[in-house]
Amino acid sequence: MSLVFLTILQILIAPIASPLCIGIIRKGKALMQNRRGASVWQPYRDLAKLMRKDEVIAYDASWIFRCAPYIVFAATLTAATAVPVISTLGTFTVIGDILMVVYILAIGTFFLALAGLDVGTAFGGTGASREMTMAALAEGAMIAVVIAVVVVTHSTHITMMSASINGSTPLEISPLVLAFAAFFIVLLCENARYPFDNPATHLELTMIHEAMILEYSGKRLALMEWAAAIKLFVFISLAVNLFIPWGIATTTGGGTLLIGVAAFAIKALVILLSIIFIESWMPKLRFFRLPDLLFTAVVMAVISVVITVF
Amino acid sequence: MSIQFLYTLTMALFGAGLVGAVLFYKHDRFAHYWAHSLTMLASLSGLIMGIRVLREGALAHFELLTWTTRDVLGHDVVHGLATTTPFSVSIDVFSALFIVLIAVLTFCASWYGMAYMKHYEGKYSLARFGVWYVLFAASLIGVASTQSVFTFLWWWEIMSLSSYFLVTYDYRNASSVRAGTLYLVMTQIGTACIAVAMIILALATGSSDFAAIGGASVLLTGWLPHGIFALFLIGFGIKAGIIPLHIWLPQAHPAAPSHVSALMSGVMIKLAIYMIIRVLFEILPTFHLWWGIVIVIAGAVSALFGVLYALAEHDMKRLLAYHSVENIGIILLGIGSSVIFKSMGLETLALLALVAGVFHTINHALFKSLLFLGAGAVVYKTHARDIEKYGGLIKLMPWTAALFLVGAVAISGLPPFNGFASEWLTFQSMIAGVVVGAGMTVKVLWIAATIALALTSGLAAACFVKAFGVTFLGKPRSEEAQLATEVPFAMIGPMIVLAVACFACGVFATPVVIPYLSTLLQGVMVSAPPLVLVQGDGGMLPWVSTLSNHWALLILLLAGAGTVLVVRLWGGKRKITLARQWDCGVDQTARMEITASSFSRSLVTMFAGILRPTRQTEVVYHDSAMRYFVSSHAVHLHLHDLYDLYFYRPISRCVLWCSGYAKRLQGGVVNMYILYIVLALVVLFFVALR
Repeated sequence: MSLVFLTILQILIAPIASPLCIGIIRKGKALMQNRRGASVWQPYRDLAKLMRKDEVIAYDASWIFRCAPYIVFAATLTAATAVPVISTLGTFTVIGDILMVVYILAIGTFFLALAGLDVGTAFGGTGASREMTMAALAEGAMIAVVIAVVVVTHSTHITMMSASINGSTPLEISPLVLAFAAFFIVLLCENARYPFDNPATHLELTMIHEAMILEYSGKRLALMEWAAAIKLFVFISLAVNLFIPWGIATTTGGGTLLIGVAAFAIKALVILLSIIFIESWMPKLRFFRLPDLLFTAVVMAVISVVITVF
Repeated sequence: MSIQFLYTLTMALFGAGLVGAVLFYKHDRFAHYWAHSLTMLASLSGLIMGIRVLREGALAHFELLTWTTRDVLGHDVVHGLATTTPFSVSIDVFSALFIVLIAVLTFCASWYGMAYMKHYEGKYSLARFGVWYVLFAASLIGVASTQSVFTFLWWWEIMSLSSYFLVTYDYRNASSVRAGTLYLVMTQIGTACIAVAMIILALATGSSDFAAIGGASVLLTGWLPHGIFALFLIGFGIKAGIIPLHIWLPQAHPAAPSHVSALMSGVMIKLAIYMIIRVLFEILPTFHLWWGIVIVIAGAVSALFGVLYALAEHDMKRLLAYHSVENIGIILLGIGSSVIFKSMGLETLALLALVAGVFHTINHALFKSLLFLGAGAVVYKTHARDIEKYGGLIKLMPWTAALFLVGAVAISGLPPFNGFASEWLTFQSMIAGVVVGAGMTVKVLWIAATIALALTSGLAAACFVKAFGVTFLGKPRSEEAQLATEVPFAMIGPMIVLAVACFACGVFATPVVIPYLSTLLQGVMVSAPPLVLVQGDGGMLPWVSTLSNHWALLILLLAGAGTVLVVRLWGGKRKITLARQWDCGVDQTARMEITASSFSRSLVTMFAGILRPTRQTEVVYHDSAMRYFVSSHAVHLHLHDLYDLYFYRPISRCVLWCSGYAKRLQGGVVNMYILYIVLALVVLFFVALR
């Protein structure tokens, strides 16, 4: 019974909690800029508002444009069901392979970019080109991080990796500090945060993600925004439960679950705070400087592998 | 029906197709239908033969044009024109696997070709095409169904020559002829290497049968096996398109009609892979570590460079041809890793890596043929191969677009399609190598190769967003693209078959395909315990968790249904208005869309060290003296071809230099010629009497 509860919790937690992450980031950035900022619940109100709006779709748009939000959302949600959040139980372990999760998320990226190209505007096309460029390079860095974790944990299954790190001594997993830094760079890249992209503007010179969804409105825009929030949540859960899984609930008891919630909330908040700090402190990098940053991530991950293996 | 009967039937049907196409040379259309329909029949018969060998699981061996009866005592008696013809046929389960693949693809391609070749009617002789096409299709099955040196070389050469005539079919086009010549030169160098290697092996072991050579070749010592391996790798590497031996591939594949490109990319280069596997695991089964290392390096370089060149390409069929180079690289990563595991004695992992390689071979054959047929449909309607001339075709050719999308998703390695399944296996075997392999060099190699593979699959996704997006989405960029209509069912049908195969191989990868392939390859090639992909610690390989495309599909579908439901219920049904897109106040035209060159420009710039892009700007002024008013502005973007510059140019210069000296022998003075003859005679006497 409690397993059923945990499964339902696992399915619902990403879509329900993810807009809060966006809200916290926006609020934190506003506070850093001496603004009051909107409430952390504002993203929920935005979603509710968009869901009730009529839509405008371009004449030139094909079924790709119409279906893409559903595909992107479904793919992101599917990935979210496989990544443990507060408990190792209740996740969809059948698709819990880390490569599987990475490539299910790639389905979303693929169709997002196609949707950007579909309307035939220069904005959408440029955004799609930049998105695929960054996604391709980030994939190399992501797999380097995966190797770094796998050589420590001897598994590519997220739940088992998490359990293995949970049971290791700090000395054994110390090389993963570098891999974690690399993963954090990938997180920023995949979620179009600073210094890769500016999520707050619609200026064509700075945008990657926003350019592709420029033509969307109403329910479809809500789905796209929501999917982006869930993707951020998935990456935060991966960061938390692959690298610092201490406190994650491994039984169905109420007490352990409470500890799990608290542990996740604190760790997620730390990651969100670092994103806020980076977005307030760092300028956005020039597009052609970004490969250097991702290459740094690859190098850090490879050093981590080399330290572990030899 | 025995295997021998089915084989004879297949070849007889091909023969009838060939004879018919020659006899009815004057009746163009009839010869065309005759050749294509008999090829379809022959491939059906080949398919049945392949499936029967797979089901029986035994080696079928016989001499061509012989038959067996049973005498009163129950002994088999072989009759025939000659009981020991040099044409022997042997089909084991490994060849049968490839025969099934060849038969399915040949069937689809011939079906497609029936309609596609109308495109050439009146311009070129369809009967001439039919002759070479039938011969090519027959040679594909011929190569896969023999294990003797002589028969193999015979079929291999027919395959090379017939495909040369198919590449140069469009002979009034100078670039096709040039591509054909390059192909002919490269493929003949390759065949020469293979022939030399095989003849040396046959002499050294005193046998001409692959299995017998394999039994004796393990005894060879010294540099001989290494030299033979190098010759084989160059010979088959040229056919497979390994970088830097690939230069013919992006020229020749696009020049042929599209369904021939599909067969060349889908099957012909796969036969080189098939032979590389046979060489490594049967003909020279010694498994030296450095052989595996060389193959993995070749694979990683081919995969990464192949996809980078594809990104910079905007001729649709050349783009697909470069992706063949890329996928051959991915296949070689699996095969090379398997050899390394073998040399380390890690049998289970060797099997895992080999399954990855063979599975990717099958998958690439399926989705690349699908993509070539899709590209052919677009070429058929727009008469252009430049993707900048397409655009907006998804509304005019909805079926072609949807089927091309299936191929694009599959080749980009996205679940739940087949490309992901085999790339996943390749990833797993290489990551497992990093974890349990021995030796610093190999581990570093695997780390680099895994990252290269990840980059490759990311870049392939970028490239297919470009290829699909620029071709089918947005607005039409040329008049031909505006007037395009859907192609006839004879062209859609084969693509549906291939798309379904791509989907099925992906979704049923774990329950059906991988266990089947591992049992098959385990029996033929590797002595390993059967591969069980079990989740968690219960499996043979604790670090290999399960691949579950079928579950991923189910959860994706449920998530999609849930999304639709939530969106419908929340806020009710809202109105959708059609309007102009955001155009900044000016009329949005097709010229403002992103082009294929600009889409990939950022990646080309980032990889400038490898691709060496060049840029030429051409400006024409109204007033040439003052240069204020520009009348036209053109930008030419090109790539420097590194191999041409640093590999082929020096070789060709060296050859020309040597021939310049050799020419001096032919001085035109008769006295000199007589001197040569006398000298030759003296040398011969000396050799003979020594």
